[in-house]
Amino acid sequence: MPLVLPGEHIPAQHVNLKLGPGLLQLSSVEEGLSIISTRPGDLTHSTNRSKWWIESNSRRYVPAAQESVIGVVIARSGEGWRVDIGSAHMASLDGLAFEGATKRNRPNLKVGSLLYARVSLAHKDMEPELECFDAQTRKAEGFGELKGGFVVRCSLKMCRMLLDPKHFLLPLLGARFPLDTATGLNGKIWITTKEARHVIAASRCVEAVDPDGGGMTEVGVKKFLSTMDI
Amino acid sequence: MPRPPSPSIPEKDFLYGALKQALRLDGRAPLEMRTPSLDFGPELGWVECALGKTRVLAQVDAKMVKPPPERPLEGIISIHSEISPMASSEYEPGRPSDEEVAITRMLDKVLRRSDVVDKESLCVLAGQRVWHLRLTLHCLADAGNMLDCACLAGVVALKHFRRPEVEVVGDEVTVHRPSERAPVPLSMHHTPFCFTFAYFPDPATPPVLDPSHLEQQLSAGLVSVALNAQRELCVVQKAGGVPLAADELLRVVDVAVGKAKELDKIVEARLKEDWLGRHVEVR
Repeated sequence: MPLVLPGEHIPAQHVNLKLGPGLLQLSSVEEGLSIISTRPGDLTHSTNRSKWWIESNSRRYVPAAQESVIGVVIARSGEGWRVDIGSAHMASLDGLAFEGATKRNRPNLKVGSLLYARVSLAHKDMEPELECFDAQTRKAEGFGELKGGFVVRCSLKMCRMLLDPKHFLLPLLGARFPLDTATGLNGKIWITTKEARHVIAASRCVEAVDPDGGGMTEVGVKKFLSTMDI
Repeated sequence: MPRPPSPSIPEKDFLYGALKQALRLDGRAPLEMRTPSLDFGPELGWVECALGKTRVLAQVDAKMVKPPPERPLEGIISIHSEISPMASSEYEPGRPSDEEVAITRMLDKVLRRSDVVDKESLCVLAGQRVWHLRLTLHCLADAGNMLDCACLAGVVALKHFRRPEVEVVGDEVTVHRPSERAPVPLSMHHTPFCFTFAYFPDPATPPVLDPSHLEQQLSAGLVSVALNAQRELCVVQKAGGVPLAADELLRVVDVAVGKAKELDKIVEARLKEDWLGRHVEVR
């Protein structure tokens, strides 16, 4: 996993080469295609060297298609809503982009409601578009309005870590108290439990384990939890 | 970058509910302040104050100028504080937001109008030469309660600063370089500290000291009390918000008095530690 800086040439060669986040393909007349990095981070590739990407961290979200995000409704616009997902542009969510929504039967979202949605369309200079149902099954599958609970802001790498089923934090917290979470890839995590102090404990643990906030290990988190009143 | 929208409904409900149970989001007690951390720079009068994630940088500069004719015997102190978008994307350059205006006015009241520095000691030659102190504050990061952080940074910078020693013989003024004669600390009357309490719309919720960003956004009113460790009140500022009974305000002032004593000890210890670390050559 070598550390690369932006602008470095990457020796990635494969018949079916796929480039992930942080890599860009340039075509130059003399050498044909060359691949350079656009972000600082660790260069990683899949085992058969067909997929290459850069592991980096940041706090600013750049929308990409098919990513699940948590957004806050900021305004109604026509038939739909404008949602803030933390990106440069506000996203638009159509009124019919919900499971079982018809012209007469639309969800009732107020300004300030929290949503778990999927980015359906994301291009560099356009407003991203959201949908509140799964792409293949067209059913809600957890997307939609999030009621109650609390939202914690974290770095993008932390969200990816939390979505990894092998990460230690959520099972560790779940063993202490029942909790329900929704992780948005835009740096926001929604947590809800029965008691407020559990939500506060969970949010403080998330902030502590975040690589930006110190990157606490499992042992550290256990000690941290024992100082809190759960 | 447009103004970020107000917090979502679940965040609002959760914060109000948790505060009713006297629980704060970062695990502090309602009347507990974040421990300030003071970092001194290589120059004297340069200090970065951090209250949790809120950071403010203060710097003191001195130069000799001719005093205005109406006040020939006093020095001049000017405070410059502009909040740039570096502190948070809510602030725009050039257009002072409400919070920025409130901070500038409060800093002016606490650091200048309450006579922190003895202006007459800044006079070098009456009517001709006085010291003009410039205190510049840069807000580096806003995680709530920038006002307290800025006041603390300003006061500590003034205490840390040393001005060059001046010798006056008749009408001749000689300014000695720091390498010739040790620079002299400013003559300060007292050391004020500012404490901000946030009140919330529901009267059953207790007030909260040193609000974080979310608490400040969702508060209904803010009360700022500036006082020194000798129990002397300098400024009480309450700009609108929730109506408060007189005994509630007195209770808040009592809490602030206790905190001022603690903060004074921390600041003194830190200044002493820094001073011992600097190489002072005595010939």
